[in-house]
Amino acid sequence: MSEIATALGGARSDGLCTVCEVPPLGMIQIRADLGATAVRDAVAEGAGVAVPDVLRATTEQGRTLCWFSPDEVLLILPRGEAPSALSALAEAMEGHHHLAADVSDMRAVLRVEGRAVRDVLAKLTPADMAPGAFPPGSVRRTRLGQIAAAVRMVEDETVEILCFRSVARYAFDLMTEAAREGGAVGYFDREA
Amino acid sequence: MSIRLNSGGRRIDRDRVLRYRFNGRDMAGFAGDTLASALLGAGQTLMGRSFKYHRPRGVVASGPEEPNALMGVGEGARFEPNQRAPATPLHEGLVAVSQNHWPSLERDVGAVNTALARFLPAGFYYKTFTWPRAFWKHVYEPFIRRSAGLGRPPEEADADRYEHFNIRTDVVVIGGGIAGLTAARLAAEAGLEVLLIEQDTIWGGRAPVDGVEIDGNPAQAWVDDTVAALAAMPNVRLRLGTMAAGIYDHGYLLAYERVADRPDSSGAPRHRLWRVRARRIVTATGAIERPLSFACNDVPGVMLAGAVRDYLVDYGVSPGDRTVIVTNNDDAYRTAIALHRAGLSVPAIVDARPEIAGALPEEARQLGLTILPGTGIAKVKGGRQVTGVALCQQGGDGAVTQEIACDAVAMSGGWSPVVHLWSHCGGKLIWDAEQAHFRPDPDRAPTGADGRGFVVTAGAASGALRADAALSDAAAAADRVLTALDQTAGDASPPRADVPSEAPLAPVWMMPQRAGADLRAKMWLDFQNDVKVSDVRLAAQEGFTSVEHAKRYTTLGMATDQGKLSNINGLAVLADARGDAIPQVGTTTFRPPYVPISMGSIAGEARGDLFQPIRRTPLHDWHEGQGARWEPVGQWRRPYTYLREGEGVKDAVNREILNTRSNVGLLDASTLGKIVVKGPDAGRFLDMLYTNMMSTLKVGRCRYGLMCSENGFLMDDGVVARLSEDTFLCHTTTGGADRIHAHMEEWLQTEWWTWKVWIANLTEHYAQIAVVGPKARTLLERLGGMDLSRDALPFMGWADGTLGGLPVRVYRISFSGELSYEIAVPAGQGRALWDRLLSEGADLGVMPYGTEALHVMRAEKGFIMIGDETDGTVIPQDLGLDWAISKKKDDYLGKRAQARPHMTDPDRWTLVGLETESGAVLPEGAYAVAEGTNANGQRRTQGRVTSTYYSPTLDRGIAMGLVWRGPERLGEVLTFPKVDGTPVRARIVSPVFYDPKGEKQDV
Repeated sequence: MSEIATALGGARSDGLCTVCEVPPLGMIQIRADLGATAVRDAVAEGAGVAVPDVLRATTEQGRTLCWFSPDEVLLILPRGEAPSALSALAEAMEGHHHLAADVSDMRAVLRVEGRAVRDVLAKLTPADMAPGAFPPGSVRRTRLGQIAAAVRMVEDETVEILCFRSVARYAFDLMTEAAREGGAVGYFDREA
Repeated sequence: MSIRLNSGGRRIDRDRVLRYRFNGRDMAGFAGDTLASALLGAGQTLMGRSFKYHRPRGVVASGPEEPNALMGVGEGARFEPNQRAPATPLHEGLVAVSQNHWPSLERDVGAVNTALARFLPAGFYYKTFTWPRAFWKHVYEPFIRRSAGLGRPPEEADADRYEHFNIRTDVVVIGGGIAGLTAARLAAEAGLEVLLIEQDTIWGGRAPVDGVEIDGNPAQAWVDDTVAALAAMPNVRLRLGTMAAGIYDHGYLLAYERVADRPDSSGAPRHRLWRVRARRIVTATGAIERPLSFACNDVPGVMLAGAVRDYLVDYGVSPGDRTVIVTNNDDAYRTAIALHRAGLSVPAIVDARPEIAGALPEEARQLGLTILPGTGIAKVKGGRQVTGVALCQQGGDGAVTQEIACDAVAMSGGWSPVVHLWSHCGGKLIWDAEQAHFRPDPDRAPTGADGRGFVVTAGAASGALRADAALSDAAAAADRVLTALDQTAGDASPPRADVPSEAPLAPVWMMPQRAGADLRAKMWLDFQNDVKVSDVRLAAQEGFTSVEHAKRYTTLGMATDQGKLSNINGLAVLADARGDAIPQVGTTTFRPPYVPISMGSIAGEARGDLFQPIRRTPLHDWHEGQGARWEPVGQWRRPYTYLREGEGVKDAVNREILNTRSNVGLLDASTLGKIVVKGPDAGRFLDMLYTNMMSTLKVGRCRYGLMCSENGFLMDDGVVARLSEDTFLCHTTTGGADRIHAHMEEWLQTEWWTWKVWIANLTEHYAQIAVVGPKARTLLERLGGMDLSRDALPFMGWADGTLGGLPVRVYRISFSGELSYEIAVPAGQGRALWDRLLSEGADLGVMPYGTEALHVMRAEKGFIMIGDETDGTVIPQDLGLDWAISKKKDDYLGKRAQARPHMTDPDRWTLVGLETESGAVLPEGAYAVAEGTNANGQRRTQGRVTSTYYSPTLDRGIAMGLVWRGPERLGEVLTFPKVDGTPVRARIVSPVFYDPKGEKQDV
């Protein structure tokens, strides 16, 4: 199997925050009626992670399940585990109407780290980046500049951005510009 | 002449001299100065020429409401016109030029317009330059545009950067004067999240200048303490230099922060546009002083009384040695007293009121100042500078009673609350007769989603002009916010101010009251747009009595200051001319922004490479490295063709086509939409979406399908593959992927929500490469891993497997008529597959081809293209695609519409091929003419070209077109006039020019 190329080859920039593209991950898109308890349980069993609440992500043993909509979650996991996870999901979801697709190559993931991360993101998204509204473990599918993206608050000063692969360059340039030195807002990060 | 005094100026630092240039001259000011205070301090009272008459103008105000002192600030890529000098902080190296004059500010030929003023009344252009018609465009307008107008536009691309900032908060308080500080403090003490913004660069507003005492201390001390207390609270954010530009529905507010309004090496953005969603907004925006309408009130040296006080106290600048005060209220006496105390001469206080009894006038009297009751200014003397005033009885017709020599006039017609922000989103006003102004009506606030008011006014912005009233009003405003948000008040108690009592003002809308036409024609209402009392009266006289009509006829309030000074005065004049009361006339509409904001701040980061997202396929970098000439398809960039050195575009396209038809070509087809449809009802769902029957498709097979809108029009096409019993993969056009995905979701969510179908748009998970040409199979066999023989993978079949060790899904479909495989591979391995194909196929003549070769080859085969053969008015039946429309199905989207009489009309234009007699290429979009003319006298037409190319395969022009009863007329010759009128004759033929039996693709 040939090496898997990410959209940006692991690009990185430094400013108010560091922005870097993460190495290839496994991703599985799951669509199912998450309102039904039996379906929820089956998803959790197949994914190996509890199904998150609205606008949240759950992480267990290196796997993260992100809430995307009332009938969609995204499972993020180590690249090599994607095929077996697909099989496990198929087995667990047997009898439940669902769709599970390997989408490992569909998106780019940017990790943005630094104290100013909330201020930097608030330049680009209309979603509320206040710590109270967006604590670690939160996920928002929103707009960044002119593209759709999902934002996951991993830790206090760390965010992962998921965007479609084709616009990875735009997303990277956008984050780099928003994190450019001199542009500190000092709104959420009051020490700035 | 204005001068800098030897002492005073609370905002300036005399130890820090800043050098700047004005109209090419080196000047100096102090740190803390504005451009206006620095110019005044340097004796420069003349700051510009007026818009229409080119009259000399000086600064009138001390804030962003300034109508006259507009400057071009900066140079080159940082030049910006129409900047208000009193709101432009001075910085080292600032470069400013005054505007609207030629050749220079001092000598301006346009000033001849002043002499012609009586011939240039309101509506003059409308009336005069309408004949002869063509003269307007070619003679009058160019001349008028050159002689009238404000700053010149910048000529270079903006060198600065800009950004947006989005937040939500409980309360935004707009205005950092004592009312805003009070409201912010009370809201914050109650535990609410508060953002306090102030357009100026310091806190406190007017109170420190006006000598207000709060809780027994000078206002400044209270301001400092309060700001320090607020800054220490975790739930409070403070921003100076940030102006609220507009208030919109649902508590949405735009605020404009001037972060680094000067060339700056720190990398800071110049402006930041805040997009705030607040639960409640408090406007503590203060009030603006009104000018008085007396003759020649626009001569440099005539200023608002409050502004004179500001320049004196804030910057240690005197507008003149001898300043006459003219007023209708007590507040202006503060200016007289301040000037007197600064050792400057105040020869007279001209007060229009017959009786003068307030505490401030009494203080002025005790200082020995002369007060002239019942008096007005008949006329200001002087041209480029005030030299004196002629006085008269206010109640009279302007007969001069006395002349006083002076070099400045401080005028006050009373104060109007800044109601703009309150009004932006529908807040209503009431007329306050006692204070002669419109103020917000608290019972008719702009309402939010909960039906309750979301804007509250505080302080002078409510009409509470005096400091004591302003503070109680601010406390009440905070209370209203707390109540609305169910919040309990904190411990802080509202502050109290001590100010002298003031006697009521007397409304004065014209000075003197019975001024004749000569004087009225010299009384400026709108300084920036050169609108006078006489113009508004003329508008009324000519029937433009509605306030909105009068505004447009005279341009009153339509300049960049949007009538901040002129509005109420103009309304009053209009009311008087109509014989109505002012509230019956009403106001014009207040619209955002409050003060103009930079275009850059609106664009934010969206410029240069970030102007818009460019979508790149996994092979983008390779294309770029191979001389791809790009074609934008939606936001994608696709290679149109790959140019080799020394090769023209047409040659490159022909080379790619001929090579594909004889050897093997590669196409990056990654942009095609790929939507998975899964579930027990998937077949039923696709039967409704496509015109053909998809539910009967066998697993492992592909079918070309058409999708129509509800109105029957063809909207997308593509190949559907059945992946398993309950799963299909639908290919869409490049531009259709997102649209069709949304279309599917919409039908599933809004109409067929009980159907068990899930969909997923997997477009970007795959790179897709078309391997096309007679040697395609040979090439793929060299990669190895799959049996791709005719029997193992027949035409219109698909198979999963590996090629060269890469996981692939191979579709045997053809859009070119050749043996063709489309290979989907996970995007991260797309480049690897592409590279393998190129290296393995080198001796086979493998060569990539672009979208133009794709287009030509599909046209040679008579395949339609969405967007070429369709334009939103074309149904599949027009294109001879009846074979792809199921007759067995009860329904599909568009079926009913396609049965309408107009859709089944045999006279519809229908798809045919077109072959020119000469072999030339038909022009794109050309129309075939018919005999006679239509009802409009135009030549009748009977068809049009939808696709036209040079076919290198056939070495001649080929085309497709929609022609009246086309397929019935094979062999007929049509005439297509070119743009130059010369005709091209083309024969109607079958649209399939190449391999009509389809043998080449099925080998």
